[in-house]
Amino acid sequence: MSPAIEVDSLHKAYGDVVAVDEVSFTVEHGECLALLGPNGAGKTTTTEILEGYRKADSGSARVLGVDPAKGDLTWKARLGIVLQADRDLGDLTVRETVSHFADYFPDSRDPDEVIAAVGLTEKAKARNGKLSGGQRRRLDVALGILGRPEVLFLDEPTTGFDPAARRDFWTLIEQLKAEGTTILLTTHYLEEAERLADRVAVIARGRIVACDAPGRIGNRADAQAIVSWREGDIDLTEATSEPTEFVRALAERFAGEIPALQVHRPTLEEIYLSLLKMEEER
Amino acid sequence: MNRAITLGRRRIVLELRQFFRDRESALFNFMLPMILLVIFGSVFANQEIGFGDITFAQYFLAGMIASGILYTSFQNLAIAIPMERDDSTLKRLAGLPMPKAACFIGKAGMVFVAYVAQVIILLIVGVLFFGINLPSTADRWFTFAWVSVLGLLSCTLLGIAFSVVPRQGKGASAIVAPIVLVLQFTSGVFFVFNDLPTWMQNFASIFPLKWLTQTMRYVFLPDGAEVIEVAGEWQLGLSALVLTAWTIGGLVLALLVFRWAPRGER
Repeated sequence: MSPAIEVDSLHKAYGDVVAVDEVSFTVEHGECLALLGPNGAGKTTTTEILEGYRKADSGSARVLGVDPAKGDLTWKARLGIVLQADRDLGDLTVRETVSHFADYFPDSRDPDEVIAAVGLTEKAKARNGKLSGGQRRRLDVALGILGRPEVLFLDEPTTGFDPAARRDFWTLIEQLKAEGTTILLTTHYLEEAERLADRVAVIARGRIVACDAPGRIGNRADAQAIVSWREGDIDLTEATSEPTEFVRALAERFAGEIPALQVHRPTLEEIYLSLLKMEEER
Repeated sequence: MNRAITLGRRRIVLELRQFFRDRESALFNFMLPMILLVIFGSVFANQEIGFGDITFAQYFLAGMIASGILYTSFQNLAIAIPMERDDSTLKRLAGLPMPKAACFIGKAGMVFVAYVAQVIILLIVGVLFFGINLPSTADRWFTFAWVSVLGLLSCTLLGIAFSVVPRQGKGASAIVAPIVLVLQFTSGVFFVFNDLPTWMQNFASIFPLKWLTQTMRYVFLPDGAEVIEVAGEWQLGLSALVLTAWTIGGLVLALLVFRWAPRGER
């Protein structure tokens, strides 16, 4: 079976500004790929080419085997799109909106179940325009998952969520993944990518600079660890590629506990920022 | 096609809900003719216009019903669609497994229902307070029906086409409202058409509203009132022709220029 999403040498410019520069990647069925990158890096343009909203200048894209520029209604019914839109449909209530949008899909989920799944049951009778930013975002997610999509596009889905709502959202997405949904996620939250994505692709100035599992990207697994501890009044640190060996040696020098011992491996955020920095210095 | 109609019908209900819940749109596109009718009708209740005992209030009612066509279709859509393009309503629809026709069926249906409701209220107000007589012949009701349908069709399509003109949704009403106002002043809504300068009459004759007001006067004024028309007759055939031409022109324009994506996205 061919991958759910296949992108090959995709290129898109607006006038002189290159938004997407020879981008290639694949997303397997049931996989979640996170696109990470600063604002203006080309994440949304890439996503919207795959959703069929924009046309690439060159290169090829296939979503479920179909060129998005030529996707028909049957193809669209297999996608779920969560846009970065938060002002439309303001005069309708949550339930009216979800029930209405359910009509478009051949095999949609039950509207009330979807409202419950995104945690908006208490707000079902509220006008969309009166929702908070995070609640409004959850409505968008509800509309995206309503049609039981095979491929779900999530464009910065948790912007404006409080931490508890974000965790609930992650649980929901993990359920969808367990059901086999393929997900293309763009996000600014590294923790979110680490939790949800099987692979992350770091995109900067229209180019993919690294693409790997969150635990391995940018040689994260092999990167030097920082061991820090205290001797007397002095805080000491040591960068080492063999932290276990180093700590063992350290332990022999101290009678009991090593004071203030920490072994720090680089976080995804640190790797991400160093990748962007390397790209900028290139 | 069946699916476009099924979904289109559901969209009509949704569009109407949004139309009436949005206070600005309900006031500006729906309530305005009634407010104007009460004001102008009261001020000019007894002012005769030169044929029998027809008052300006009666003359004005025909103009307000014709304006209602322009308000509910052209003005409504030419303001609402740029806003929907800005706030991604249209983008969201374009991403759905929905035949695009369903969106336009929804818009046209909303316009039609809003207009019918508006006319009924205008007629009730006209009959109760301004001594308007409803048409008594089938012929006049038939004319009322076809001129309404042709007017709604042409102005709906023109509203859809015009929606690409405002740069931003926010500024749309500031562009559309003056156009509607100028057409009303020059087409025999606020003044008796016969009293206007010839160049103004010629200007107005290019656009649908002049023909809508004139035909509505045929429907609502008594026999013989055509003597106060510029041509001395009702020119029903010519009205039908002009409105049909605008319908075809509007359709071609709408198909050529309509855009779903916000400005700068493609």
